[in-house]
Amino acid sequence: MLEIDDLWVDIEDKEVLKGINLQVPMGETHILFGKNGSGKSSLLMTLMGFERYQLKQGRIRFLGQDITHLPTYERARLGLGLSFQRPPTIRGVKTSDILRVCSRGAIAPEVLAAAYDFTLFLDREVNYGFSGGELKRSELLQLLAQNPKMVLLDEPESGVDLENLQVVGEIIAHLLQKDRRRQHRQKSGLIITHTGFIMDYVHADRAYILTDGHICCQGNPRELLQDIKNFGYEECARCRR
Amino acid sequence: MSEIKGRAELSRQKKAAFGPDLNLEEFSRQGGDWEYDPDYRHFSPEERSHLLTAGIELTDEDHAATFLQADKAIVHCQTRQPGVEVLPITKAISQHDWVQNLLWGLVAVDADKYTARAELELDNGYFIRVLKGAEIAQPVESCLYLRTDKFAQHVHNLVIVEEGASLHIITGCATHPGVRSGLHIGVSEFYVRRGGKLTFTMVHNWGEDVHVRPRTAVMVEEGGRYVSNYVLLRPVKSVQMYPTVTLNGEGAVARLQSILIAHPGSELDVGGRVILKAPRTRAEVIARTLAIGGTSIARGHLVGMVPDIKAHLECRGLILGNGVVYAIPELEGRVAGVDMSHEAAVGKIAAEEVEYLMARGLDEDEAVSTIVRGFLNVKIEGLPPALEEEMDRAIQETNKGL
Repeated sequence: MLEIDDLWVDIEDKEVLKGINLQVPMGETHILFGKNGSGKSSLLMTLMGFERYQLKQGRIRFLGQDITHLPTYERARLGLGLSFQRPPTIRGVKTSDILRVCSRGAIAPEVLAAAYDFTLFLDREVNYGFSGGELKRSELLQLLAQNPKMVLLDEPESGVDLENLQVVGEIIAHLLQKDRRRQHRQKSGLIITHTGFIMDYVHADRAYILTDGHICCQGNPRELLQDIKNFGYEECARCRR
Repeated sequence: MSEIKGRAELSRQKKAAFGPDLNLEEFSRQGGDWEYDPDYRHFSPEERSHLLTAGIELTDEDHAATFLQADKAIVHCQTRQPGVEVLPITKAISQHDWVQNLLWGLVAVDADKYTARAELELDNGYFIRVLKGAEIAQPVESCLYLRTDKFAQHVHNLVIVEEGASLHIITGCATHPGVRSGLHIGVSEFYVRRGGKLTFTMVHNWGEDVHVRPRTAVMVEEGGRYVSNYVLLRPVKSVQMYPTVTLNGEGAVARLQSILIAHPGSELDVGGRVILKAPRTRAEVIARTLAIGGTSIARGHLVGMVPDIKAHLECRGLILGNGVVYAIPELEGRVAGVDMSHEAAVGKIAAEEVEYLMARGLDEDEAVSTIVRGFLNVKIEGLPPALEEEMDRAIQETNKGL
């Protein structure tokens, strides 16, 4: 579904991605591990085509189409959906309005919100005064409305308490069609996580460790997480060398 | 000569404290001799649609009363509901001997040359009174209309909401579609008596070379409530106004909201001042200014005279492309125990907000429109649907200029 080929990206003349290669097949969920500043979020932002991330080299293909130079909204309309780690506040715009925008009018915000106990937030301004857990739930609700084929999640569990973590995990599992058999899943995911908690709710197929803008290791998500816990990111980077 | 006339005479040339100074001799005092029009027959479809963008529906239906003054002439004045009285101010002065005592009770006749002219060369204006305890559900629609190019219109308005009464006034001030230049001087004095409620929504839709000088003061008694909404979306040469609300009685409340778009060539100097003189009074002044090439000075002034008052000032400006937004919030506490705050922010649209919405599938224009609409989204109850559409249209056109 998603193919990234030799991706080099700068932010204000500083190299943040240095030759990333990875593929996420249809129905699979992959995990990105890495220290702060290793390039994980930059990779997701680049996939969405945000202007600040200057592509120097490489190619991105999505559903067989070269999207390397497509504007953000066209990528979104093709089926890429991103849950932001720190979404901005949009003053004066109601959460119900943005849910309507996401679904292009296909889903009634009230119905969606009622299903996920978010009704009280519909009249509130987008992300204004939301707690960590509320922010994540709002992001995921927007993705549910958007119904993307490729789900990009930037630290979906950060700032979320244990009670909300279960809700967040269940929504992500639903987004990624984890209730279906693998061969029937048509959604894929790429998830950034530091703690790996999300893997308790979402079975992940593969994981990568990013160091200094490149992938230094990849393999089974649980095993990689254990290695990181046991030996730290520095050792993972050395091991690769 | 009366004392008031004498003070006005002495102020004929007195410059206003704010705003560009105007030479009043450059404007004509020869307005059209418009006939009284009981069923609005003499308005062309073009005029009708133009007035609609100022919130004026030109119908007596769904209104407690209607008033329309074109240049000097009273063209329409109808009252449909008991408990509310609407008259041209000149008629009210002759009908009620106490009216004269209220005029210039809140606004100083010698404030500047504009107030002086309103006294010395009065055209007319509206008198609206709601009787004690009358709760008027439908709005009163009033319109001050410039139908002749270069005309200087001088009006003096008086609104009295008697004890326990309530009213919503929608005032549309506009020019004929063919009028480009002119001057509107509007003195307005509002008395909200004990427990009364007045919502005053004013929409301006002037010509590109029109100068506007409203002079408004409001007095709210114990337990009274005054809400002002001011909307200016279209080009105008200059507007200078600084309405002052005095909360005179315990528990009185004021809320002033303004939504302004400063187009290229427009010079707006719009403020709101609330003087909190009694315990447990509350005030909120909210301004949203969008500059798309013009200049907007957004003033706000809260004066806390006694303890146990609470007031907040919020002034936010957004500059799209070119333009100037100059926010001047002032808090003046005269005693200990006041609780006053302000929030002022001037900036451009944040790229991350645009990208956020683009990641949800909106193209750049749609994303900017959504953010601008959100920015200008101040809740105004009872706006005619046509005015809501006009706001959307103005925002769409705003984007084209980016």
